[in-house]
Amino acid sequence: MSSITADELEPFIEETAVEHRRGFRHRWYRTPSFVAGVVILGIVVLAALAAPLITKYNPTSQDLLSTLQGPSARHWLGTDDLGRDVWSRLVYGARTDLRVAFLAVVLPFIIGTVLGLLAGYYGGLTDTFASFFVNIVVAFPFYVLIIALVFALGSGTRNIYIAITIVGWVSYTRIIRGEVLVAKRRDYVLAAKSGGLSDFRILFRHLLPNVITQAVIFACSDIVLDILAIVTLGYLGLGVQPPTPDWGNMIASGQTYLTTHWQLSTFPGIAVVFTALGLSLLADGLADLLRPE
Amino acid sequence: MTREPLVKVRDLRVEFQLARGTVHAVDGVSFDVEPGEAFGLVGESGSGKTVTLRALVGLLPRGAKLTGGTIEIDGVDVTAADEDTQRHLRGTTVSMIFQEPMTALNPVMRVGDQIAEEPLVRLGMSRSAARARAIELMALVGIPDPRRRAQAYPHELSGGLRQRVMIAIALSGDPKLVLCDEPTTALDVTIQDQILKLLRKLQHELDVSLVFVSHDLAVIAQTCRRLAVMYAGQVVESGAVEQVFREPRHPYTLGLLRAVPDFEVVRERLASIPGSPPDLAAPPAGCRFHPRCRFVQEDCLAIPVELERLDAGREVRCLHHDQTAADVEREPVIVDA
Amino acid sequence: MPEALLEVDNLHVHYTLRGGVGRRARGKHAEILRAVDGVDLELVQGEMLGLVGESGCGKSTLGRAIVGLCNPTEGTVSYRGEALTAKRERSKRRRIQMVFQDPYSSLNPRMTVKQTLAELLKAHDMVPKDAIDARCRELLDLVGLGSRALEAHPRQFSGGQRQRVSIARALALEPELLIADEPVSALDVSVQATVLNLLEDLREQLGLTVLLIAHNMAVVRHVADRVAVMYLGRIVEQGPVDQLFTDPRHPYTRGLLTAVPRLVPGRESQSTGVVGDPPSPIDLPTGCRFHPRCPIAQEPLCSTEDPVLTGNGHVAACHFAWTERPAAHVPEVVEEAT
Repeated sequence: MSSITADELEPFIEETAVEHRRGFRHRWYRTPSFVAGVVILGIVVLAALAAPLITKYNPTSQDLLSTLQGPSARHWLGTDDLGRDVWSRLVYGARTDLRVAFLAVVLPFIIGTVLGLLAGYYGGLTDTFASFFVNIVVAFPFYVLIIALVFALGSGTRNIYIAITIVGWVSYTRIIRGEVLVAKRRDYVLAAKSGGLSDFRILFRHLLPNVITQAVIFACSDIVLDILAIVTLGYLGLGVQPPTPDWGNMIASGQTYLTTHWQLSTFPGIAVVFTALGLSLLADGLADLLRPE
Repeated sequence: MTREPLVKVRDLRVEFQLARGTVHAVDGVSFDVEPGEAFGLVGESGSGKTVTLRALVGLLPRGAKLTGGTIEIDGVDVTAADEDTQRHLRGTTVSMIFQEPMTALNPVMRVGDQIAEEPLVRLGMSRSAARARAIELMALVGIPDPRRRAQAYPHELSGGLRQRVMIAIALSGDPKLVLCDEPTTALDVTIQDQILKLLRKLQHELDVSLVFVSHDLAVIAQTCRRLAVMYAGQVVESGAVEQVFREPRHPYTLGLLRAVPDFEVVRERLASIPGSPPDLAAPPAGCRFHPRCRFVQEDCLAIPVELERLDAGREVRCLHHDQTAADVEREPVIVDA
Repeated sequence: MPEALLEVDNLHVHYTLRGGVGRRARGKHAEILRAVDGVDLELVQGEMLGLVGESGCGKSTLGRAIVGLCNPTEGTVSYRGEALTAKRERSKRRRIQMVFQDPYSSLNPRMTVKQTLAELLKAHDMVPKDAIDARCRELLDLVGLGSRALEAHPRQFSGGQRQRVSIARALALEPELLIADEPVSALDVSVQATVLNLLEDLREQLGLTVLLIAHNMAVVRHVADRVAVMYLGRIVEQGPVDQLFTDPRHPYTRGLLTAVPRLVPGRESQSTGVVGDPPSPIDLPTGCRFHPRCPIAQEPLCSTEDPVLTGNGHVAACHFAWTERPAAHVPEVVEEAT
């Protein structure tokens, strides 16, 4: 058919001398931050999942005869002012906080990404509109807004989700919008346009897969922010309500005993730091791995 | 009167380490550059010409390692020298012009200051003397109204002017050797013409040597006296431009020449070279060009081919270069009108 | 009389920079970038027109306006007599397709070749569902790629191969007009020829009409039937390729031709090259746009009167295109606005 010399002379699978960074699959174990993050987070997640197996006591059952006991063979980390086993509360607290944090990220991610796509792609009024709200939310510090919202809405897990969603979508929109502004000028998007493909198709088949990585990386650090927010709210008594264990309210109730029974506040505190560290390392590692060449 | 070559490259080897193997980006390259001579390094992507150039000034990209051979510039063995000696050479004896002036110039520094930097810092001139020298250089490279232009920032100048500024910077240290890394590839053709004429003029007036890397054969034809054609990390042909272009002896050189669309020679159809450059981590057995060669024969696959000396200063890496010669006889590459 | 497939009539594409309300309130003009500033063009079925010019001349913008990727500010683009805007229906889009310059960004890195091709075939119902695979193979065969390419991702291809995939994609919709926007500029020399020869072959085989946008004049000489030279948003010369190259009538064309380096060693180009840098398309010179850089510009004519395209078949926009040419001089290089 064509007079061009046959393609047998040009086998194309990775023939050129250009260095091709191997895919995610091959590199993840060589990225120290990613591995460290997975390990640390893995410990926390496993502990949370295996909660019933590694604790002897129910985290909410009180034993008013053995309050404020130090660490012992029976109660590994002692008991709190209501006689509840601190270790159980710590482990079940992980369950609560991790669950809430991971779930809290989902809605902002979805809403923020879609808005960012639309704002970046269509520009004009859509962009002005979206940017208007983004600028308003961004003007306030994250935690201040969250706390104010929960205070206004009332405490409890459901309102935490609502507050975080109202505030959290903004970052995703900014990130995605920025990426889309660049990506929409790429030739393959222009080609899709001139090929008569629908806007919907272009947005979700051509743009989205190529801009989502930055949002995913941000989501990992967002979970950290959310965990800290939840813990802070718990500390202020606005978050997860007792008797459900939460590192925040554990730290708060342990405060009064800081000089005598420091372990009541300290261990939850360490747990927060440890988890946040794991997530941050994971986010870092992911950023390294997913970075386009 | 023969002078000692200014640059002596012997058996240069540069490697990259990749997950899938070692890439021999430069695999045994040797050439000489005389003082005051323009020498061309021609090749396509992956040929190793840019890496060779950067090795000359010690600016190898991250991950690249010089694993063999020697480079002697102005009597100094650069490969064996320590970092200090190398740094001392850069800017004064050897300087470089890059392809993209926008990235090669400091965006937050006035151009006059950038040109004056070398004389000020390295040559020990006073501030006023360095400024005067900068203006002198700007005039030399053809920048109109140099006194006023010296105050400008790079983004305020057009592409052509920026390229001239870069040339001025390269000349500010009174170098003997200027390395040119595709300096006109990113320019419009009329600006390219101006810059090439400028480089030719400067080269003659100041008696500097040029090593000019390009993939554009016509640019090399207009600028250089001698050249080396590189393919897959090796020199496959070298000699005087006049000779190599009129009477190429390597099938790759011939293929390149026949693929260039040119005014003087209007062909029926543009010739192309089938296939693509080899994977430098696993080059073909025997002659590296053999999978794409029109004249390939059995013995081309057997053992790696060495450079054969045809004449004084003329070398070719091909077992059957007479085939290429015969083809040129039949159908000359360059037909003088 | 061959039919005019494409007609571009007095096309303008202007971009407003810094034209905000605040600026206008202060009495300052909005800055307008006149990318395309009054272009008339006609393409006859089956021909290849080479559109050449340097950066900023508007050739790419013109190509995009024709294919419907940007909206004209003024003027029309008509296809077979019917006016087209950027908002054109799917069926109209099929007729004109584009091949882009950068092989590394013209294919979606996350889609295989087959997905890229099939997507278009499906969107336009080009073939019944069970014939999609076969059609994809046919398209690849047209551009000289084996069917192994179907399941590969763009990153596995070389630059030249990617351009061929791009061409296959452009052909998927069976267009009549192909706009090739600098299709070989980013490729190695030996590969350029492959792609150019391919375009030639396809033109013959499929009866395509091609608008080849290029900055390399030598390339255009080899493959085009007619050539149009653009400068600062306008066509300054147009004509059959041999005529234009052997007898250029506009000083800019002459300058372009002499500026191209020749393969013949040591043959220095004559000095009627063009001096100075192209002025910005925002702040245009008065009169003839080329006069500040022109070696034959005459005062006061050239700085006050804007010449129009004159001639028969071979046209040029210069006061001295068809008359006695004034002696050449080196123009004063003008201060450029920063």
